[in-house]
Amino acid sequence: MEFNNPAGNNLFDKAKVVGQPIRRLEGPLKVTGRAAYAYERHDVASGQVYGYPVGSAIAKGRITGIDTSAAEAAPGVIGIVTTLEHDPIEGVFDYDPVRHFGGNEVLHYHQAIAVVVAETFEQARAAANLLKVDYARDEGANFTLSSTPEAAGETDPDPAQSTGDFDAAFASAAVTLDETYTTPAESHSMMEPHATIAAWDGDRVTLWTSNQMIEWGRQSFAKAFGVPADNVRVDCPYLGGGFGAKLFVRSDAVLAGLAARKVGRPVKVTLPRPMIANNTTHRGETIQRIRLAADAQGRLTAIGHHNATNALTEAGGEDATLPTVAFYAAANRQVVNAPAHMNLPNSNAMRAPGETAGLMAFEIAMDEMAAKCGMDPVAFRIANDTQVDPGNPDVPFSDRHFVECLERGAAAFGWSNRNTAPGATRDGAWLIGHGVAGAYRPAPVMTSGARVALTPDGRLRVESDMTDIGTGSYTVMGQTAAEVLGLPFEAVSVELGDSAYPVSAGSGGQWGAASATAGVYAACVALREAIAERLGVQEGDLTFEDGMVRHGNTSTPLGEVGGGEEIVGEDSIEFGSFRSDDALVATFGAHFVEVGVHAYTGEIRVRRMLAVADSGRILNPMTARSQMIGAMTMGVGGALMEELAVDERYGFFVNHDLAGYEVPVHLDIPEQEVIFLETTDPYSTPLKAKGVGELGLCGVAAALANAVTNATGVRVRDYPVTLDKIIDGLPSA
Amino acid sequence: MRAFSYERATSPQHAAAQAAETGGKFIAGGTNLLDLMKLEIETPTHLIDVNGLGLDMIEDTADGGLRIGALVRNTDLAAHERVRRDYAVLTRALVAGASGQLRNKATTAGNLLQRTRCPYFYDTNMPCNKRNPGSGCAALEGFSRQLGIIGTSEACIATHPSDMAVAMRALDAVVETVNAAGETRSIPLEDFHLLPGDHPEVETVLGEDEFITAVTLPAPVGGRHFYHKVRDRSSYAFALVSVAAVVQPDGSGRVALGGVAPKPWRRAEADAALPNGASAVMSTLLDGANPTEDNAFKVRLSERTLAAVLAEAQE
Ligand SMILES: Cc1cc2nc3c(=O)[nH]c(=O)nc-3n(C[C@H](O)[C@H](O)[C@H](O)COP(=O)(O)OP(=O)(O)OC[C@H]3O[C@@H](n4cnc5c(N)ncnc54)[C@H](O)[C@@H]3O)c2cc1C
Ligand code: SF4
Repeated sequence: MEFNNPAGNNLFDKAKVVGQPIRRLEGPLKVTGRAAYAYERHDVASGQVYGYPVGSAIAKGRITGIDTSAAEAAPGVIGIVTTLEHDPIEGVFDYDPVRHFGGNEVLHYHQAIAVVVAETFEQARAAANLLKVDYARDEGANFTLSSTPEAAGETDPDPAQSTGDFDAAFASAAVTLDETYTTPAESHSMMEPHATIAAWDGDRVTLWTSNQMIEWGRQSFAKAFGVPADNVRVDCPYLGGGFGAKLFVRSDAVLAGLAARKVGRPVKVTLPRPMIANNTTHRGETIQRIRLAADAQGRLTAIGHHNATNALTEAGGEDATLPTVAFYAAANRQVVNAPAHMNLPNSNAMRAPGETAGLMAFEIAMDEMAAKCGMDPVAFRIANDTQVDPGNPDVPFSDRHFVECLERGAAAFGWSNRNTAPGATRDGAWLIGHGVAGAYRPAPVMTSGARVALTPDGRLRVESDMTDIGTGSYTVMGQTAAEVLGLPFEAVSVELGDSAYPVSAGSGGQWGAASATAGVYAACVALREAIAERLGVQEGDLTFEDGMVRHGNTSTPLGEVGGGEEIVGEDSIEFGSFRSDDALVATFGAHFVEVGVHAYTGEIRVRRMLAVADSGRILNPMTARSQMIGAMTMGVGGALMEELAVDERYGFFVNHDLAGYEVPVHLDIPEQEVIFLETTDPYSTPLKAKGVGELGLCGVAAALANAVTNATGVRVRDYPVTLDKIIDGLPSA
Repeated sequence: MRAFSYERATSPQHAAAQAAETGGKFIAGGTNLLDLMKLEIETPTHLIDVNGLGLDMIEDTADGGLRIGALVRNTDLAAHERVRRDYAVLTRALVAGASGQLRNKATTAGNLLQRTRCPYFYDTNMPCNKRNPGSGCAALEGFSRQLGIIGTSEACIATHPSDMAVAMRALDAVVETVNAAGETRSIPLEDFHLLPGDHPEVETVLGEDEFITAVTLPAPVGGRHFYHKVRDRSSYAFALVSVAAVVQPDGSGRVALGGVAPKPWRRAEADAALPNGASAVMSTLLDGANPTEDNAFKVRLSERTLAAVLAEAQE
């Protein structure tokens, strides 16, 4: 099915199942421990053995030798694969320029250099520590992001946006701001570590793995193992989170596949938690210079944003300028992103890549600028809203309700009651502050396919290689199918994550739910057509309702149409170029937070959070809310504690486990509220839906940073905002 | 983790004797030892299980104090009626540590003997004098935000991470031991942990074959009890700085600091300055501090945290 025009009135406007707060289809399996994650798929292949990965002890240089003799002689050891016995195995995609394994060159700390396979996990781990590796360290490495983006990044990069005359507008403005902000590298820290079981049958391989993008994975494995893609099967019905860490294949899967081929038995590999931060990928660190200019009425006249970010190769890094090009109005714009070549592990996508670090900085700048203009931060943002692409005013936003997000949020939060003098509100030992920030994230979509089968018992089975990374894909796809075929939700079952099923959008970039439900819709329409053909009538003359298909005065139970056989519909949704040519399709939000800052110690604690989201049709308010509050929690981490600390001598992230890399705990999150605006976006998909999973994270950290300033009068421009950065500036206790 | 053999001790003295004979390590709750073994930071070839020796009792002592068995779990100790009533600083410190699950396993002796959380100690690719004597200290010029500011040395700037021990230090606790020969001794907690000097790998005065049987607390000292633990998140994190304090109605009292030194940090002269306020206490208690750029804030944070406690004490 081609989606070449904005959706008109359609069945989703009178939806009965889509839009309902239905509990997760797979929820009972998960809460009772019966949903088997990759490493626990004990039943899928017999004779599984354990591979334990070995990471490089240096950040840059060469391996001059690996002595495996002691490890080979260790109890239980079946085989060892070292990097020296393979040519370098690279990734498939330009935007993930990864070296999985192979060759003697070390590009980053904890790069996978071997895997030791043994009968038990403990034997493999013990033997892995017996490898003797000799290195020649390369001293000419760079692990430091310079103190200005101009010095850090490549010189004269192509601007991402250059509109009007920035320099002139900035020089002549009534009010200006010129500040530099930094955001640290962050680790995805999803609950389930990377894990894979691989088994070969001749030259065919199956990988039971934890991966967000099944088809990308299949292509990557084909290249890594030198077999045709059709010889590769990838299966991943459940993921314990990914946040982008599992968008691309990582070393666990490559090592498992190579080891399984070498030892001739199914091999399972998981990355130990202390290896994940440096072995896999992370959100890049950034340094961002932001320049804003406004007229005396507080309307922005110029926006300048220069970002530099660590990248191991040409691509990668956190492009913090992504939201800047479109979020706020201003006629004169100069936006530049420059990767800084550094020998840290390669940075790549982490939830809302670009927007997260970008809005962490930009939404502080907006707060500072509001203060300079003598305006309320909500009013200042409203004054600078745009309904068109500011770089190309002929292109409108398809459906943008940012102002309404701010207004609804301010009313619900009680924003007008807040104290406006920083450092002036106390509750016992705590200074109280409030903060706001805007949220912006595009609403991309991807081609997505599905197969639906109507079975003789009147049930519907949906099959797709779509993944459910804890987001609710099973449920919203099931809801969509039920809607289109007029069935109760209970009559639908959904099977996902297997490369044997039609290729879907996969989970990433908050495109998953919007694209995959559109794909299910396409497949269901194909099924309706197949049903019509069986009945010898036109599809348009049929009504699907309450488990029956009606034509004129005849009503047939759906299960009977096939006469004892399954009827199958399969199709993909393809999104036409109008979606990007004619409009900007994006999601919007506003975050409001209240924090307490301990007047003596500077401890910062969140008191309440409210998010308002404009994301088009909400497919399921329960799963959507979970996405939002999870993202808001991640934003608390980014604001107040998360930082992969770089050791600039040895070139690695030092705090590479969950004791050293802190993420929020329950006690950090006392109260969260989410309001979804009732909007629909006909430009987005036939369901008029957009994503929420990344939007929820955008801007959260800045709202918190702004609240800390409101509480204390201290402005922190370097994340995370921790007590050591404010303690000297606290008002006297 | 290296392969190891395992036995259950039959008595405290037997445990000590087996340690002397095998060079093995005692395992109590295992919450620290097993983690370190998995990373091969600790590599014992033999484990002596000391659970089930009847050392899990809390008893009154003749002088009105309390004798806490070495194997009493942190959860049970924190919940004990007399601890909550007479030694509240200890309960407060315990519940500020780790998580509920960990405290259910963690024991009194194991908690005192838990090892540092220095991130370089945890990465066996890095030089670390504590883990690998003579290899150097990667933390000294590295990422040291969490590490010590006083009592440290050029060889090691790690802190002792325990919360419980800070409260016990404020309470003048005494560690009781037995060795392979059956000899017992009582070691004031003040003397129990060693400063690193040139040998950060030696952390306590315990002999190789010395086994902790109990910790005793002297008779209660009254006063109001505080434990203020400062950290970036609300729970489940080690202290940046912690203050254990017992404050009497006349403003006198005791103060011990956690998160700043290789041992719970207390000085008698600093206690004496308590009636004069936080600044007076800290100028004595942290006299000689030698922080890194990363952790210099701990000096001011310590003072401000004590000020918070004293303000609360006056309410
Ligand atoms: C994730 C995590 C978070 C934590 N957070 C905190 C925190 O916030 N605050 C805090 O204070 N602690 C914290 N801890 C540490 C925890 O308190 C310790 O791990 C625990 O107290 C150790 O007790 P155990 O009985 O498990 O010791 P074990 O691991 O069994 O033993 C530790 C050491 O003590 C020795 N030992 C044990 N018993 C005896 C004995 N009777 N005589 C002589 N030697 C003995 C062992 O040989 C070993 O060397 C945390 C731990 C973890 C894993
Ligand atoms: S501070 Fe101590 S524990 Fe940390 S690296 Fe240095 S020697 Fe090792």
